[in-house]
Amino acid sequence: MKFDLPKYKTSDEVDFVVVGSGAAGGIMAKELSSNGFRVVVLEQGPYLTEADFVHDEVKVIGQDLLTNKPKLQPTSFRKTPNEKAKPQRAVLYGRCVGGTSVHFTANFWRFHEIDFIERSKVGPVPGADLRDWPITYADLEPYYTKVEWEIGVSGLAGASPFDPPRSKPYPMPPLPVKSSGVIFERAARKLGWHPFPAPMAILSQPRAGRSACINCGFCLAFGCEVGAKSSSLATAIRTAEKTGRCEIRPNSYVHRIEMDSNGRVTGAVYFDEKRNTHLQKAKAVVVCANGAETPRLLLLSANKQFPNGLANSSGVVGKYLMLNSGGVTNAVFEHPLNDYKGFAVSRLLHDFYELDPQKVGFYGGGGIDARFDATPVAFAMGGLPPGTPAWGKAFKDTLAHNFTRTMELFCHGTSLAVETNSFSLDPDLKDAWGLPALCLTYKDHPDDLKLWAFQNQRANELLDAAEAQKKWSQPIGESQFAVHLLGTCRMGNDLKTSVINSDHRTHDVKNLFLCDGSSLVTSGRGQPTMTIEALSFRAADRITALAKRGEIA
Amino acid sequence: MIENLSRRNFLTRGGAAVSAVWLSAHWPAIVAAAEHAHQAAKSSAPPKFQFFTPEEAVEIDAITSRIIPSDETPGAHEAGVVYFMDRALTTFATDDQKTYREGLPGLQARVRELFPSFEKFSSATPEQQDQILHSLDDQTGPARRHSRSDGSSSSFFQAVRVHTIVAFLVDPDSGGNRDGVGWKVIGREPEHIFQPPFGYYDKDYAGWQPNPPGAEKAKA
Repeated sequence: MKFDLPKYKTSDEVDFVVVGSGAAGGIMAKELSSNGFRVVVLEQGPYLTEADFVHDEVKVIGQDLLTNKPKLQPTSFRKTPNEKAKPQRAVLYGRCVGGTSVHFTANFWRFHEIDFIERSKVGPVPGADLRDWPITYADLEPYYTKVEWEIGVSGLAGASPFDPPRSKPYPMPPLPVKSSGVIFERAARKLGWHPFPAPMAILSQPRAGRSACINCGFCLAFGCEVGAKSSSLATAIRTAEKTGRCEIRPNSYVHRIEMDSNGRVTGAVYFDEKRNTHLQKAKAVVVCANGAETPRLLLLSANKQFPNGLANSSGVVGKYLMLNSGGVTNAVFEHPLNDYKGFAVSRLLHDFYELDPQKVGFYGGGGIDARFDATPVAFAMGGLPPGTPAWGKAFKDTLAHNFTRTMELFCHGTSLAVETNSFSLDPDLKDAWGLPALCLTYKDHPDDLKLWAFQNQRANELLDAAEAQKKWSQPIGESQFAVHLLGTCRMGNDLKTSVINSDHRTHDVKNLFLCDGSSLVTSGRGQPTMTIEALSFRAADRITALAKRGEIA
Repeated sequence: MIENLSRRNFLTRGGAAVSAVWLSAHWPAIVAAAEHAHQAAKSSAPPKFQFFTPEEAVEIDAITSRIIPSDETPGAHEAGVVYFMDRALTTFATDDQKTYREGLPGLQARVRELFPSFEKFSSATPEQQDQILHSLDDQTGPARRHSRSDGSSSSFFQAVRVHTIVAFLVDPDSGGNRDGVGWKVIGREPEHIFQPPFGYYDKDYAGWQPNPPGAEKAKA
């Protein structure tokens, strides 16, 4: 596909600069450009397309074709703010046009009503700052529907008795069931639980010029070569380009947002591929750079008026990070499942979504899915039962027997917002451009680990009911690696404990907006992308209304 | 890093994480290696080694053949793993070459120490070869207790082990895994398009039946 793309000059004051082109940024760009605004999207990664999406584990996984580059972008980790952080790979996110939505699993659950009002329902949790959202599920419902129909989500409305109300069914039937899904469904029903077809942002039918899923088996961690995965790349970005008002500018690493003496942002400063510096002027800036890079950009943009970071008068930019708790239980069955064929997940259950803290003794809840998401090298490196020799005949025999007979139960759950869990600027470590690196500080709230243990028990009960020949759970342990990047510039009405209001406008700067995983107030039950996209549709509506009323510029 | 991407929570598992870090640090060269192995496999002329001498290549081939042995089904030898490694080492950083340069003589020294009648690893019997490699494998224990164990020999062995697995199982279209033998061994069909039913348990699935009512009571 080729469009006549506008090429704005950096000196052109466009209506909006959008920083990042992922789940949130792609939709933001599409909506704002469709509403008549002139938009430049600055994406730090390259503009790859379907032809680049090979099945080579070396290139895609080993060389981080689609993700952040640890050599150029080192990171550090510590458990608590008193420690000196040690350099280690601590974060993973998509770094290409389309962002993380290019390589993700594509689990697409809506949040439920409880996720927005949990503080009111369960009260305060010691050691955490659990809060209600300033918006409710009802506010977001039309936008969830919009995501399902505009981006393309496969699923079956009403299949889960725990589902929140919806205004429309899914636009497409669920993807076919896998052997892992059948095993899961039968065993869960024996236990009186309520399995249902997993809602997935993958096409079960051809739609809008895109192919249905061909079940190639290289899904999680890979880009989709037929465009069946509903990434921002395959959907919103292309629509945005078709408006003729949106320029996607890849290889553009934004490292500063400029502000004038009137306290208004004037544009975004970025390095191009050759490390030349440019300032793209804009009437307003929308940062959709993810829950790690969005707070980092604000902290890097400290100025006289905001010495602790742009829009950070509250001091909470980067704080209250939530990673989603949970882990994997694996099982081996008698006959081949051949679960390497197809997408990752076909069945799911939400029976433990809303646990009663009085009964279970901790706060939280989650979902459990049936999946297989390992490609061959990945499986050989990490998919065999503990105690299997790492080489030799027994290794080969176990690998040969287990590859087609293994499935996983993935437990996803809540993480509590803890002030000291954060992304900050490392005082010593620098990236390849000489800028302060990301530092992850994280220690799981005890309730998050209790929830993991609770869900592990349920997973093991299910696998017993399924008569698995062998099963083993990943040991429960504290997080030191961040994939879901949530809550670091959270939404709220209280100026002291939040960064943006319910319009996604920063409390401090009138023409600066933030929308991505950083906006979340609570973590949900482990699948944030659907909610990030619904928030982006809603934020674009709010921002458009403000702009049309002349309340931004 | 494989664990990071596809099974992020396995990162807390020490052994797997160590392998993954090693792997991640060395992958760029592995790409070139895969391409070279692919060419070598296609060519009818015997491929030329660029890093190993022909004698060293025999030794490396023998080691990889204990990591993934050939038995009723093909192993590392049939997958052309040694060619993949040879190319990898011509594109690796100097200190990575050092792992092999020092590691292989270290291994041969271990051979003579354990079996004084042999000069070379490849001369030993498969059982003796396994014994030698176990003495170097600090991930399974014995090396740590071995009085003369040294870091360079064990990191050499871990490097060869990871390379062997990657070269055996990578998508054959991208280079290694000659003739797709690795995928044949693990039962992965060579196609990249599949139709349901996929496996034994979904072939007689009767179709989705709604959940029975009464979910509220089932809530924990």
